[in-house]
Amino acid sequence: MESLEAYPILNFAVYFSFACLTVSLFAGLYRLLAGPSLPDRIVVMDLVASLVIGLIITYIMLTGQPVYLNVAVIIALLVFMGNIAFAKYLKRRIDL
Amino acid sequence: MMEWIVSILLISGSLFMLVAAIGVVKLSDVYMRMHAITKAASLGAILMLAAVLLWHPQWIVAIEALMVVLFVILTAPIGAHMLARVAHRMKVPIGEGYVMDELQEAIDRKEMDPDAQEEGKSIDAEKL
Repeated sequence: MESLEAYPILNFAVYFSFACLTVSLFAGLYRLLAGPSLPDRIVVMDLVASLVIGLIITYIMLTGQPVYLNVAVIIALLVFMGNIAFAKYLKRRIDL
Repeated sequence: MMEWIVSILLISGSLFMLVAAIGVVKLSDVYMRMHAITKAASLGAILMLAAVLLWHPQWIVAIEALMVVLFVILTAPIGAHMLARVAHRMKVPIGEGYVMDELQEAIDRKEMDPDAQEEGKSIDAEKL
């Protein structure tokens, strides 16, 4: 793969995405700390998973190694399992 | 030419994710925050995957990007649906300015008339 230095617009796009995703992560952290109820915090987990997928993709663009896409697949699967597990756990806590 | 398309896809995808995060901070209750995340963040991930696929046009990248898109599209609505029902069951308060709460209406109707079989079957408020 060609290096990013040959394409200044792509270089800018990659660092711009890193900046946006970092700001988004801090926004999620705010909601995680301030969220009034437990479902708020679980919702943040969903957001953070999407942000990590975005970060991995930006890192693929930065390094030119599409192998890291495997990690995105695993995270996309795992966060669904986490969501369902949390929903079941909360449901059981209501029923008891 | 290709680097412009890839750059636009990357920037727009990350901006959609930023919009989702701003929605998580600014919106006023759980249900609205879920709405922000499941749509905007999924669209952002899909746009960024399209950027990677255009920049590395290989079969393995295409298959894995399609798998990620499929998982995100399939699982985000299901997870949000289950979480929203559980949050409604936990009596998480709804924010200002909502118009109707059809799930609460269905639960009330069922509690008033527990013998209504067809009503209970169609709504199924007991089953989460």
